[in-house]
Amino acid sequence: MPFFETNIGILVIVVGQCFLVLLCVLASLAFIMYGERKVWGLLQLRRGPNVVGPFGILQSFADLLKHVFKEIIVPTESDKVVFFLAPLISFVLALIAWVVVPFDNGWVVSNINIGILYLFAVSSLEVYGVIMGGWASNSKYPFLGSLRSASQMISYEVSIGFIIIGVIISAGSLNLTEIVLAQKGDYGMLNWFWVPHFPMVFFFLVSALAETNRPPFDLPEAEAELVAGYQVEYTSTPYLLFMIGELSAVLLMTALITILFFGGWLSPVPFLPDGFFWMLSKMLLFFFVFSLIKGLVPRYRYDQLMRLGWKVMLPVSLGWVVFVSFMAHFKLLNYARW
Amino acid sequence: MIALYFFYFFAFTAILSSFLVIFANNPVHSVLWLILTFFSVAGFFILVGAEFLALLLMIVYVGALAVLFLFVVMMLNINFAGLRSGVAQYLPFGILIGLVIFIELILAFVPWDFKEQTINNLSSPINLSEANTVALGKVVYTDYFFLFQCAGIILLIAMIGSIVLTLRSRPDVKRQNITEQIFRNPNSSIEVKDINPGEGI
Repeated sequence: MPFFETNIGILVIVVGQCFLVLLCVLASLAFIMYGERKVWGLLQLRRGPNVVGPFGILQSFADLLKHVFKEIIVPTESDKVVFFLAPLISFVLALIAWVVVPFDNGWVVSNINIGILYLFAVSSLEVYGVIMGGWASNSKYPFLGSLRSASQMISYEVSIGFIIIGVIISAGSLNLTEIVLAQKGDYGMLNWFWVPHFPMVFFFLVSALAETNRPPFDLPEAEAELVAGYQVEYTSTPYLLFMIGELSAVLLMTALITILFFGGWLSPVPFLPDGFFWMLSKMLLFFFVFSLIKGLVPRYRYDQLMRLGWKVMLPVSLGWVVFVSFMAHFKLLNYARW
Repeated sequence: MIALYFFYFFAFTAILSSFLVIFANNPVHSVLWLILTFFSVAGFFILVGAEFLALLLMIVYVGALAVLFLFVVMMLNINFAGLRSGVAQYLPFGILIGLVIFIELILAFVPWDFKEQTINNLSSPINLSEANTVALGKVVYTDYFFLFQCAGIILLIAMIGSIVLTLRSRPDVKRQNITEQIFRNPNSSIEVKDINPGEGI
């Protein structure tokens, strides 16, 4: 029996794939952070980071070293174990989600049948890092920040779930690869799910911003009221883990938008070949949109955020599920791709 | 073979963490151990091939319910010493209830005569040629449709009930009319006054 068909061989392959994805994601996070800061700089008529390395491109690595070599300060009254568990949980959860994301046809570590449910479960667990961090700090500001953040994440998860259900009904599968393949057709980008699910693209974008605590919904870190939310007491590497976790969650949301509505690795025009390039460029495009939104939009008020989540997003996305079910059941307008 | 090791691993963590739910000093730690118990049980579901139920358990129980538990436990200012002192008083009664449930379980399970293929059904209860979600959907929406809908309606009634219980009209609270706020314009809401120095309005 060849080595790569034994249990140990398969284990080696899987671990190797995981490390590869991990390495690529972490490296791309560094450059994406740099790109995001450049975008904000341009929006505010500044230069952005431009000192470390050519055009400042190594700024993120300098920040990494700075964070790692700083002193870790632990509040004396804090719950020590939970205090250090919280950043680890948000970091690990943000990374394990990538295991089901298909970057190209077959370029996925674990092609499971319920990939989209797995992603949804992981993103609903991400709230624990925030709650545990805020509680374990044993201080008023982090606690208030974590409660805000948690209720916000739970509220918007509901509408994300309903939007995903609409796409699942259209694709007829919970497998992310099959969701992408269901969008393949003769008309290129007109076959993607953004056409039949058009309003939901914007709803998903807004929900994704709120779910990942990005501006204009960054109320957990509303520095005017709460200093820095649940991260107030964190320094050095634990803080860095929180930051990487958040940024990775944002990148994951861009991947999810790309897969659900914009055809993943499929080419937008029929005469060009499909491939990893398209997935990457679509993700970068949506990340650019996220950065622009952070620079352009003022912060929401908290009661307005909750109203938007429960009284606008939830009813409309629920109604959309009913509409899509109707269209798919009677096979109208190509809503059912199965 | 590997599945067996994973079974023992999940069984160990499930039993250990469920004991720690009871014995943890801090209620927040109890809830965190409870979450670990849910995780281990989700592991069992995956081992028997019910990946859909496993992830549903994660989403519903861990992602939503346990978060609410944590909220409640964190917000309530619980007197730990007071809780501890009451243990001795309720211990005999608790042991009695535990014993009764244990004996009931024994009475329910011991007289059963299992068929020979039961052990095979337990290790792989689902026809693996069909996707888990599809198999479940076909059963739930055909044979057990009535029961499934009944469960949904019971949950709906419970939800409406809890909303009605917590709904109270508070006439002294200022409410916000969002449409009115959105459609305000500077002409109607800002008045520009020209004030001479040394005079009031």
